[in-house]
Amino acid sequence: MTTPILEVEDLTIRYRGAPQPAVQGASFTLGRERLGIVGESGSGKSTVGRALMRLLPTAEIGAARMQFGRTDLLTASERQMRALRGNRMSMILQDPKFSLNPIRRCGEQIAEACLAHERMSKRAAKDRALAMLEAVQIRDPQLVYDRYPHQVSGGMGQRIMIAMMLLAGPELVIADEPTSALDVTVRLEVLKILDGLVREKGIGLIMISHDLNLVRNFCDRVLIMYAGRVVETLDAAELDNARHPYTRGLLAAQPRIGGSRDPLPVLERRPEWTRPMEGTA
Amino acid sequence: MTMIPTETGHAPARPRLPRALVPLANILGFLWRSPTSAFGLIVLGLLIAMALLGPVLAPYDPYAQDLQATLQAPSAAHWFGTDELGRDILSRLLFGAAITLRIIFLVTIVVGPIGMAVGTVAGYFGGRVDTVLMRVTDIFLSFPSLILSLAFVAALGPSLNNAIIAISLTAWPPIARLARAETLTFRKADYISAARLQGASPARIIWKSIVPMCLPSVVIRLTLNMATVILTAAGLGFLGLGAQPPMPEWGAMIATGRRYMIDSWWLVTFPGIAILLVSLAFNLLGDGLRDALDPKQMNRR
Amino acid sequence: MLRNPGWLSPLLRQAGTILVTLLGLLVLTFVIGRLMPVDPVRAIVGEEATREVYEHVYQQLGLDRPLWQQFLMYLRDVASLDFGTSLRTGQPVLQDILHVLPATIELATFAIVIGAGLGIPLGVIAAVKKDRWQDHAIRVFSLTGHSMPIFWTGMIGLLVFYAALGWVGGAGRMDQFYIGLVPDVTGFLLIDSALAGEWDVFRSAVNHLILPASLLGYSSSAYICRMTRSFMLDQIGQEYVTTARVKGLSERRTIWGHAFGNIRVQLVTIVALAYGALLEGAVLIETVFAWPGFGQYLTSVLRMGDMNALMTCVLLVGVIFIALNLISDLLYRVFDPRTR
Repeated sequence: MTTPILEVEDLTIRYRGAPQPAVQGASFTLGRERLGIVGESGSGKSTVGRALMRLLPTAEIGAARMQFGRTDLLTASERQMRALRGNRMSMILQDPKFSLNPIRRCGEQIAEACLAHERMSKRAAKDRALAMLEAVQIRDPQLVYDRYPHQVSGGMGQRIMIAMMLLAGPELVIADEPTSALDVTVRLEVLKILDGLVREKGIGLIMISHDLNLVRNFCDRVLIMYAGRVVETLDAAELDNARHPYTRGLLAAQPRIGGSRDPLPVLERRPEWTRPMEGTA
Repeated sequence: MTMIPTETGHAPARPRLPRALVPLANILGFLWRSPTSAFGLIVLGLLIAMALLGPVLAPYDPYAQDLQATLQAPSAAHWFGTDELGRDILSRLLFGAAITLRIIFLVTIVVGPIGMAVGTVAGYFGGRVDTVLMRVTDIFLSFPSLILSLAFVAALGPSLNNAIIAISLTAWPPIARLARAETLTFRKADYISAARLQGASPARIIWKSIVPMCLPSVVIRLTLNMATVILTAAGLGFLGLGAQPPMPEWGAMIATGRRYMIDSWWLVTFPGIAILLVSLAFNLLGDGLRDALDPKQMNRR
Repeated sequence: MLRNPGWLSPLLRQAGTILVTLLGLLVLTFVIGRLMPVDPVRAIVGEEATREVYEHVYQQLGLDRPLWQQFLMYLRDVASLDFGTSLRTGQPVLQDILHVLPATIELATFAIVIGAGLGIPLGVIAAVKKDRWQDHAIRVFSLTGHSMPIFWTGMIGLLVFYAALGWVGGAGRMDQFYIGLVPDVTGFLLIDSALAGEWDVFRSAVNHLILPASLLGYSSSAYICRMTRSFMLDQIGQEYVTTARVKGLSERRTIWGHAFGNIRVQLVTIVALAYGALLEGAVLIETVFAWPGFGQYLTSVLRMGDMNALMTCVLLVGVIFIALNLISDLLYRVFDPRTR
């Protein structure tokens, strides 16, 4: 692993008024690699992503350490966070239908990402946005630039989102279920674009997903979360050697081409799994 | 046979509130925790107390004239002063509370059933019945309530009862709309279909299954509308179309006090504050109720 | 305009709805007119008229015919914009109303500018600071405005700001000695006085306008503020607002540049409806401020039992409401790119 971009130690997140923390004792580090966070809905995986960006005004975030480059994310002021967001770290949200402002043109929304951080003319920002649209393999950038979000397809919308979030050249990108709202036919295409850009620019990527197969194919390492805890951390290639029963259950519940035709096993859940397994890092 | 349900019905004879009152107590508890709604509750409690105890509390007869002591400024003898006929303003305010309460009560028992009936019938039957009823509702809704009330009072003749009728005639459409919307959400529910399959008549289904479901939101809406009702009633009184003198209705008191306003500010000030407080109380309560009973609002961060 | 039928058919349906509603309005005003405890014949011929004269007018008015025929006659008259003659002024009702309307429009327009100017920013702040002290303060402030009997506030305003402090002009549209100085061109005093170059009159008019307009505006700001807050809360929870934050935009640009833009359309509707509701306040506040507008006209014809004039006033208010609804609907289509 190269020098870490992000180090998180013992992260606990509790929503105000909630009896249980949404996330408890999560620890991980991230270099210039692709880390997948996998879990069912409600496992706290999205909460982790939003906490890193400090986008949870109603939650209390506590950790032994939450270091992003030279910035301590725990103590950084809102002003410092604003300088980071969209600039050095950004986040790709799930569904472009909702995550793009319906009444602003797509291009303007992309260009805004660098206008927020750099002193530059509108013209220069537009050129950069157009170049970025080209980079996410949009054939007619000028046309798409002037479109409203409801006029583009989901796959196109997500590419616009990727362009927007990579425009300022971040070191860390969190992708929160980036393809689950898309048609199955375009998922792979969008993922490949994202993957290509992340590798090319050496960006650290956190991919939050409920889809084990997807994460296995596009990530270097995988973090398995269950009920707010990280139960296991593995290399993607080692996934088949997982030791935690929950991970094994998840794997067994995946259908496989050429596999047995017996009914898939039902996923088991046990309360004691909320304790981290001994011996796993 | 009939013994068993009655017995089980009486079985939870624990020293608790009757089951129907538990949600009410919960809501009151919730309202009490918010300072603004608590204020509303207190003012309403005061209004009811004033209306009930007015005759006991009032230091003077609200109709007794004393031409020796007209337009007296507030003093120890007359806390809120006297009016142009020497009547004690505090006493009149206390008696006026009963009039306000009467308006609220009568409007509620007229508007609630009418709105509920129109709304649930429109929502349950749908189709042409719905279209016709909702068109009629829209026509009434296309007027500001005061202006329509004005027109009705003009047609019926000015008096307190006619003002109440006119206000009721203008206040039912929002209730009907709401009841219809609620009904539409229940109409497809399984228990309604079950009742229908058992051969229950539409009237029975509406009365037994739909009306109880609509009741909570209708009650909130009525509370919210009460502020408007009070202001409209006061406005009608002010224009001489509601309660007639010498009735101590607050709006009418302001109307007569207007002539002496420049030199005797207390004639208009106190009744106005009374109207303001009661209508503010209802507005704050309605606001609190909306928060208390709207889960969407509560979960939102 | 590529998909003509797509947006045309709802428009047509709407036109049908409006026609039905208008017809309903006419039925309503007709019924109210018939119910009025005023003998329309007596009102025209006077108390001393002979039986023959009475009968003659009775038949002339068509009162001997069945009700449905009378209603058709009423419809015919309305269709030809003949609303009858006012008993109070002896003039055609329409002319009367057109004469008093500008004063009310002037007042209501000022009021809505104040109301929206106050209500919208407060509503946004309340939403952003939900459940904090700012939210509570704004809630109490705006609900107080909503709870005040406007006629009473008007009097207290006159007592304090005119009688005691002398900051503003008193009753009427201008100071007494300016009346008649400016030719009546448009009926809007501010425009007329500016056209005539009479700046003293203009100043006096503003002085008289400011208090009733502010009070009306305050009372309407409550509704605007509550609705703005609730619309804004809806938007703040949306994902695109998160996107804006993720981009590192400041809170102000997130709120005003992204979230606020999405409630503009809804706000137009709300402000249009609030403008209509001002008519109600105008009836009361014009009485207090001796403002020679529509509201005062309405109350005076009401007191006199002037049936024709009253029916027309009520009809007009209904029409204004329908028109405002329609306008806000059209603006919806214009402002929202999704409906284009």
